[in-house]
Amino acid sequence: MVKYCDLFWSFFKIGTFTLGGGYAMIPLMEQELVDRHRWLSQEDFLDQVALSQSMPGVLAVNMATGVGYRLRGFRGAAVAIVANVMMPIIFIITLAILYQFFKTNPLVEHFFMGVRPAAVALIAAPVFKLAQSAGISWKTVWIPVVSALLIWLLGVNPVYVILVAIALGILWAKIGKR
Amino acid sequence: MIFLQLFWTFLKIGLFTFGGGAAMVALIQNEVTVHHHWLTTQEYTDILAVSQMTPGPIGINTATYTGYTAVLNAGYGHGLAIVGSLLASFAVILLPVLLMICVVRFLQRYRSNHYVNSVFQLLRIVVVGIIAAAALQLATVESFGQPAVSLHFIASIVIFVLVFVLSMRKQSPIWLMLGSGLAGLLLYGLV
Repeated sequence: MVKYCDLFWSFFKIGTFTLGGGYAMIPLMEQELVDRHRWLSQEDFLDQVALSQSMPGVLAVNMATGVGYRLRGFRGAAVAIVANVMMPIIFIITLAILYQFFKTNPLVEHFFMGVRPAAVALIAAPVFKLAQSAGISWKTVWIPVVSALLIWLLGVNPVYVILVAIALGILWAKIGKR
Repeated sequence: MIFLQLFWTFLKIGLFTFGGGAAMVALIQNEVTVHHHWLTTQEYTDILAVSQMTPGPIGINTATYTGYTAVLNAGYGHGLAIVGSLLASFAVILLPVLLMICVVRFLQRYRSNHYVNSVFQLLRIVVVGIIAAAALQLATVESFGQPAVSLHFIASIVIFVLVFVLSMRKQSPIWLMLGSGLAGLLLYGLV
């Protein structure tokens, strides 16, 4: 039986020490869960990664939920989730408060003037990486383009775009089956 | 009632995020800057910058910070803003967590389902467009400067292109952000 405190400590480390978001956590998770503690086999781990990527939500939290639940049920999932997000949330709240006091400081303002275009570039870059992994071809390239234009120019809520995609995906599967 | 709206909005964002942190950032951006006007684009871009530089999942970091700022902007104090940040983080993971527990319980049944596969194949394609729209909506005058021959605008374009290219080459976002901030300090502080 996996101890709660071991589970907590593992996910605490994973959440606290990975910079760069959920995808950066995968190697550290593998090291902790598969190599070090042997809580999961390599196959189970990769299965859980694939599942976490295909479910809605944040990848890291989905991983913590799935692994925690497999090991110790509901309580295991709760322990892993809290351990995973605790320090990031404390960091962010601290920075949010500090930012309110220092945002009028010229040094802070200059720093953010430099950082803003970089933040936008970091959102734009995954578009092309994801386009490759999603298997977009010349036949399907209109789908993301139309989605982007609907949201950007016509102000359509992305939630509706996703709902339509789900409906069309089901329809497509039905037609393909015949 | 800002807290109820915040909870409902982030509940929705959590359920409709397919494709990880970048997709969640896109949905949050649309809800909080376009629909609810809780934050300006500039505030949101700053939050994004901080979320990309601090440890933890970017989706959670952005939700936490956005919840905090939205409550503060609504005229409440820091204490209630912290409640807002915790509420947003809780709401954004609630439904995905419950869903994940259900799926792990009945794992084998869903994995190879023909309909589920078809839906996810299409979703992966659509999400690319959703993230592209967020990047377009964030590229505003507040973040880049007036598109005249100003130092701010030219420097912003240069930083954007450099970070874009380096990020495609798998450079760590932390160093890219710190480098851009340092460039800002030197450029706008000294000139």
